Amino acid sequence: MSRTLHTFKGGVHPPGHKTESNSRPVHAALLPNKLVIPMRQHMGNPAKPTVKVGDRVLKGQLIGEADGYISAAVHASSSGIVTAIDLQQVPHVSGLPDLCITIETDGRDEWIDHGALDYQAMALSDLRMKLRDMGIAGLGGAVFPSAVKLDPGAHAIPTLIINGGECEPWITCDDVLMRTHAEEIMQGVAVMRHLLGSTEIIVGIEENKPEAIAAMKTAATRLDFTVEVVAVPAIYPGGGAKQMIETLTGKQVPSGKLSTDIGIQVFNVGTAHALARAVHHGEPLISRLVTVTGHVLRPQNIVALIGTPIHALIEIAGDRDGATGVLMGGPMMGVPMPGQDVPVIKATNCLLVKSKDLFPPLPRALPCIRCTRCADACPAELQPQELFRFAKANEFGRAQEYHLFDCIECGCCSYVCPSHIPLVDFYRYAKSEIWAREKDKRASDLARERHEFRQFRLEREKKEKAEKLAAKAQAKRAEITADPTASGAPDADAKKALIAAALARAQAKKADIIPRNTDHLAPDTRHVIEEIEARRAKIRELAHQPLETDEKKP
Amino acid sequence: MLTAIGVMVILAVVIGLVLGWSAIRLKVEGNPLAEKIDAILPQTQCGQCGFPGCRPYAEAIARGEADINQCPPGGEEGMKKLAELLGVDPKPLDETHGTPKPKSVAFIDEQTCIGCTLCIQACPVDAISGAAKQMHTIIAAECTGCELCLPPCPVDCISMVPIPEDLPHWKWKHPVVMLKQSP
Repeated sequence: MSRTLHTFKGGVHPPGHKTESNSRPVHAALLPNKLVIPMRQHMGNPAKPTVKVGDRVLKGQLIGEADGYISAAVHASSSGIVTAIDLQQVPHVSGLPDLCITIETDGRDEWIDHGALDYQAMALSDLRMKLRDMGIAGLGGAVFPSAVKLDPGAHAIPTLIINGGECEPWITCDDVLMRTHAEEIMQGVAVMRHLLGSTEIIVGIEENKPEAIAAMKTAATRLDFTVEVVAVPAIYPGGGAKQMIETLTGKQVPSGKLSTDIGIQVFNVGTAHALARAVHHGEPLISRLVTVTGHVLRPQNIVALIGTPIHALIEIAGDRDGATGVLMGGPMMGVPMPGQDVPVIKATNCLLVKSKDLFPPLPRALPCIRCTRCADACPAELQPQELFRFAKANEFGRAQEYHLFDCIECGCCSYVCPSHIPLVDFYRYAKSEIWAREKDKRASDLARERHEFRQFRLEREKKEKAEKLAAKAQAKRAEITADPTASGAPDADAKKALIAAALARAQAKKADIIPRNTDHLAPDTRHVIEEIEARRAKIRELAHQPLETDEKKP
Repeated sequence: MLTAIGVMVILAVVIGLVLGWSAIRLKVEGNPLAEKIDAILPQTQCGQCGFPGCRPYAEAIARGEADINQCPPGGEEGMKKLAELLGVDPKPLDETHGTPKPKSVAFIDEQTCIGCTLCIQACPVDAISGAAKQMHTIIAAECTGCELCLPPCPVDCISMVPIPEDLPHWKWKHPVVMLKQSP
């Protein structure tokens, strides 16, 4: 049973640097004194805090609930006291703070009650909601809430691909996970199969991970359904979801569509493992495997609790002098971290410590000579040199016409560019500008709608008021006309009668508002009132007199 | 000869009827150019252009009675889009109508607010909630930052707060590429 493999266009062969970190045993989780757990760790809406400062929380306790459909819950990674719910620096390239829950751990690492789910007996939608509330999100890098991806909706998903490609240099966390936890990954795959109803399940692993392939093949034989473990050629970015689909099935995901539109869903092996822990042990996603490598003494994989500061992991791996920064992710797609105090989040697959020797600073860029080497390397079959030109000139419309949004930001173009232009930075810039403009457009459409409704409302209120007045006048006129004394009178008389009636009404109203609280008063109170009235009359009289006395004063 | 004239006349009548019918039947409601201009304008409804709202300004531009550089919230970019749509040369923003400012939303100091409802009446997008002698508050998500609520407030309790850059609003910056100096 061998599968015909296909090749995708482009790609590069950067040095792998995998053996540095995958030869050491996995380091068990360490328990830091303080955990900083961001509420925005996944795509979609950030979680909403459900605890208060001062609360004691247990390991695995929900501290942030999912807000909406595309969202995921966040849990305490260890037991302790919530000491702050505020803005803290998060592992984001901008260095901007975001809402985090800080937990002072008590060292007891006390679990909340948890146990396996009877997932076979649960309704599929309940199971999905449960997974969302256990914070399961894609651990391959995009951190998309898995519950959403596990909902086939109107599509049939006959093919389920488990992505063990891990094509990016330096990173080995998926490799090590497959070697050590192949059984659990397969249990997770069984849950995915249950939710999606897929009939064809393929695990794609790059051929530079023979131990992982062997372990996964062994685990696959023990299953009661067929899982095909396929070794794919090692070429960057062969582990990208769209590239893995093309390699394994020969199908291309059309531009602007999702893989589910062609009946394929892709999950990372780490996600399958997290899913198995959630379903078979009731453990929410509170830890993950992180590769710490690069300019450290002992590159290795470490189980890290979500919220652990990254410097703690780098210390375990042995920090060295001469580090020039830390990347979250690999050298191709990783983003620089604003500092070493930021916490590990669900997306942290690798911490790559840079040094001048390993990552010499890029030489200064030269102008683009339109050699189109980037176009040859682009796995998305785009024209990077054109996208660069438009992004640089802020011609975002043109960039979109050249399918900017099919760019997966893999960095192949920047890698091959002989002019050393940071091409991906330009695409990221153009994408975020386009998103900002779309947001502005939605805001201005809302403003237009609200302004138009306001105009309509003002007009309507004016009309209603006029109608009400007209109706009242009409009623009065009818009353007068019906009055036998005025019957037969000409129009002018009717008008006069109307005015007279209105005057009479006004008089009556005036008479009505004479204060009535003076009727039944005690004689002395009445006397006081009279005195006051007299004083008032006098003052009024004085006020009417010319101010001769004042003028005569010297 | 006569036949030829007859054919031409019949053709003319038939085509005329078709044209006349389609002119009535396929008539475009409103001014399509004004619609397009209105879609470019930022919809702050601030009136800085000298017209009571974005729509009237769009109509004035469409009629050729207003220039394209009178909208400070739209900024340089909005002016350029208008120039492109109308096929005219871009020109610098007219400073007499104000200068572009960073995006802001109004904020009511609820300690000072006396509940007079004057700002509610001034707000062009109904983004202020409150009632007479009750505290008022801005619905920040719907505020366009037009500043029209500032002048009517008798106790000056409204201030404009620039929208801070936070993670959801963060954008990648235009990369600064150091070019190699030629020797």
